[in-house]
Amino acid sequence: MSPSYLELFLALRPETSLLAGALVALGLDLTLFRRRSNGERLRRALLVAAVAVAAAGLCAFLGARGPVFGGVLVLDRFAVATRVSVLALTLLTLGVAWGAAPPSQPAEYVAVMLFAATGLILMAAAQQLLLVFLSLELASLSLYVLAGFDRARPESAEAALKYFLFGAMAAAFLLFGFSLVYGVTGSIELPRIAEQVSLRGPDPLLMVALVMVLVAFGFKVAAAPFHLWAPDVYQGAPATSAALIASASKLAGFTLFGRLLWTGFGAAAGPVGSLAWGPGWVPVLSAMALASLLLGNFAALAQSNVRRLLAYSAIAHAGALLLGVISLGSSGPAPLFYYASTYGLATVGAFGVIAAAERGGRCQEISDLAGLHRRSPLLAGCLTVFILSLAGIPPLAGFVGKLAVFSAALHLGGIAGPAGLLAILAIALSAVALYYYLIVLKQALVAAPAPGAGRIAVPRVTALALLATAGLIVWFGVDPAQLLGLF
Amino acid sequence: MSLLPWTIYLSLAGAVLALAGGRRSPGAARWTALLTASGAWILALLGASRFIPGPGLQTLVDLSWMPSLGVRYHLAADGISLTLVVLTGLAATAGVLFSWNVGERAGEFFALFLTLVAGVYGVFLSADALLFFVFYEVAIVPKYFLIASWGSTNREYGAMKLALYSFAGSSMVLAGLLWVYAVGGGHGFGFAELSQAAAGLSRHQQIVIFALVFFGFATLAGIFPLHTWAPTGHVAAPTAASMLLAGVVMKLGAYGCLRVALPLSPLGFAYWHATIGWLAVVGIVYAGLVALMQEDLKFVIGYSSVSHMGFVMLGIAAATPLAVSGAVLQMFSHGVIAGLLFAVVGRMVYDRTHTRKLAELRAMPIYRLLPFAAAAFVIAGVASMGLPGFSGFPAELSILIGTWKGAPAWAAVAALGVLVAAAFTLRAIALGFFGGTEAPGAAAPRGQAIQLEPITLAEKAGALLLIGATVLIGLKPDLLLDWINPALQSPLLQAAMKAVAP
Repeated sequence: MSPSYLELFLALRPETSLLAGALVALGLDLTLFRRRSNGERLRRALLVAAVAVAAAGLCAFLGARGPVFGGVLVLDRFAVATRVSVLALTLLTLGVAWGAAPPSQPAEYVAVMLFAATGLILMAAAQQLLLVFLSLELASLSLYVLAGFDRARPESAEAALKYFLFGAMAAAFLLFGFSLVYGVTGSIELPRIAEQVSLRGPDPLLMVALVMVLVAFGFKVAAAPFHLWAPDVYQGAPATSAALIASASKLAGFTLFGRLLWTGFGAAAGPVGSLAWGPGWVPVLSAMALASLLLGNFAALAQSNVRRLLAYSAIAHAGALLLGVISLGSSGPAPLFYYASTYGLATVGAFGVIAAAERGGRCQEISDLAGLHRRSPLLAGCLTVFILSLAGIPPLAGFVGKLAVFSAALHLGGIAGPAGLLAILAIALSAVALYYYLIVLKQALVAAPAPGAGRIAVPRVTALALLATAGLIVWFGVDPAQLLGLF
Repeated sequence: MSLLPWTIYLSLAGAVLALAGGRRSPGAARWTALLTASGAWILALLGASRFIPGPGLQTLVDLSWMPSLGVRYHLAADGISLTLVVLTGLAATAGVLFSWNVGERAGEFFALFLTLVAGVYGVFLSADALLFFVFYEVAIVPKYFLIASWGSTNREYGAMKLALYSFAGSSMVLAGLLWVYAVGGGHGFGFAELSQAAAGLSRHQQIVIFALVFFGFATLAGIFPLHTWAPTGHVAAPTAASMLLAGVVMKLGAYGCLRVALPLSPLGFAYWHATIGWLAVVGIVYAGLVALMQEDLKFVIGYSSVSHMGFVMLGIAAATPLAVSGAVLQMFSHGVIAGLLFAVVGRMVYDRTHTRKLAELRAMPIYRLLPFAAAAFVIAGVASMGLPGFSGFPAELSILIGTWKGAPAWAAVAALGVLVAAAFTLRAIALGFFGGTEAPGAAAPRGQAIQLEPITLAEKAGALLLIGATVLIGLKPDLLLDWINPALQSPLLQAAMKAVAP
């Protein structure tokens, strides 16, 4: 099949739209809006970005399907669904940014967010190692910049540096792994790699390469033991950046690595349905899931900072999502996608509430949320939906996500296999998780406001974004077939 | 089409309306809550009056909910669920009447209250185990906020303990259900489907699964030794919440044991049945003895609830038709009586005297200051002791007789529990309400000096409602037994009963 550039251009309309949006936002900011206040410049840039993201979302939704450009990209249902939800999460993040404190260079901030989104939607469709690496790096580099954007706070710079150093290390591992894969299989295209892998069987060199790929995977999705960056980044980065890092980036990461592992290295998965020892990446992922579930849930108990708490809860959720990756081969992408996208909604919402609450003063400690129900009933109500969804309380989407992923994991040979045992463990740990989630809600809904803490005015756009997020969580929870039936 | 599902929807709509009404005034929230709670109760009664009892669940609504997982939105009722739905309506209506004095954040209070009630209705009407679980969780979460925000003594501790125990129990249930569903090759969560799927598993697995599901539910039913959340939670809860908690929420656990756990694996039940029976009788006697030693009137009732719920678990464990129908009757009876006891202590006495310490209550002659409260407490106490003429009598009697046939030892120990119950109830009545002024060394000022605000109309109406229900069922238990007994003929319950038949 000869590659057609027209086809490539048509398939990449969402990416083009995002880049054009970023350039237009930057250009307008440099020319027309130059002398205006930071807040106004931010809002205008956000408007341009919102149009670009919406257009990209529409193109991604309506656009081409199937392999593109000789299979460099694949726009199957999983990819398209991920692209659309990454864009939706980005749009909601933009709504959150509307109400957050404007950064010192607002248009640049918004443009970098769009670059990050471009990388993320490319990640969702990449099917060739080179593009995998490039899209991952485009997204990661943009996210490092976003993490360090608040130049007034040293924590933000610390967050960016930590994120960058860990990320650079992970990227080095990934690239080394990819070069070994290329050396062993002679190809960078996932389908061709898959042929070679199944022909050769478990090859020691290939296993080394896979371990390196998994290191990068663990870093990207903040799974233990590669999670160390997450608490510091969530705490130090501006709340809006943290929202994007915790939601869209995670979803795209899971889609990318889920595809990479199953399409490229499905034959090297190793024992899936039993505890028997054998070479393969499933036992490694299981160990990572176990570590993430235990560490995330128990470390979250000890947190007094709400963002660090969300970070450890994110690690715990990454453990559950890894079960979705393990069961991807047999149950299809529906459980993983449902869990990751609704988890993304809940975290965007939670960080959105934190960003909006910062308008009324600091919002770092859990006790800074005290009396939120008096200070802003809207924020308190939305936060309740987000946190309860994270805790997996029905009928919110978080519950259905857990249900789908855990039953898919249990289907893999039941409790005879590692995934089933981990699912049982994860269900048991959800009782632990409820404790720290209730601690947050107790401050927001039960405690009285601190003396001198006034009402929080939430701008309409942000209120709309938060309400839309909460509405989607309720809707997908009550009518999960909308997402689960996509595949 | 049936009216019963509308109890759920009306309560949920009431929750939203009460929240909106509460923004205007507490009164609007109260009236909304009263109208929707009593409206749902009337719907339940109307639905029940048209109901023709029969074996097995009669479908009310059956829609596909999550097709890829085989989960259905399947509501159905039989005589057992009907009994409990009617109880829920009664307890909810009385609960609203007894929280007429909630002024602070009334809208949110009644919204949470009605959400809890909607969840409870949903549990009793679910015929799909997963839907059952969803409603069960919907009922758990509001309890935390009701207690933590509007409670008294040590409320944050009590609320958290209750929420964690409930949630730990429910995650055991979820683990068990998903295990059966995924491993047993079940394609859905219908009770019969799950039971078939479980039958395909090894005996060893069935025993573990049954333990997960049964003890998960039994935690909420307050089975010994998993009961410790109950007294602290009840004491911390605001009056209406403790009425619902003791009145219906603990029944959710017992109902889950009966409806989900028993049919799931008769084999597992046969293995665990002796353990459950002994835990139940130990709970009856132990909680009774602890209640005898309490100095806080609400703790007396909290432990008495655990003791009385022990009878329910005993009836389920004995699993003879008579014992099980007695257990269901006891669920109704205890729901009414515990509701009344908590209402008298929490609302009528504590909100006025601001003490629940028996030593301090002893110093003020409540029977003279609040004659209505004393009368209501005596009636509730007498009913709670299981005297003839009140609903506790036929319930506990049929449990004891039903148990005697299979396991005389349990019946003998449980009968001892009845004596203990009489002792702690009489002690609470005597010390708490008829102390008189001669009590030496009491800290409170002497009797006649205290002026307490009179019992309101809403409280009287609520109390009369509950007294009427316990007397009615005490005199004519057949009203409920005619619903309950045919339901016990369902194949699923019969299989469970046969598994342990002597």
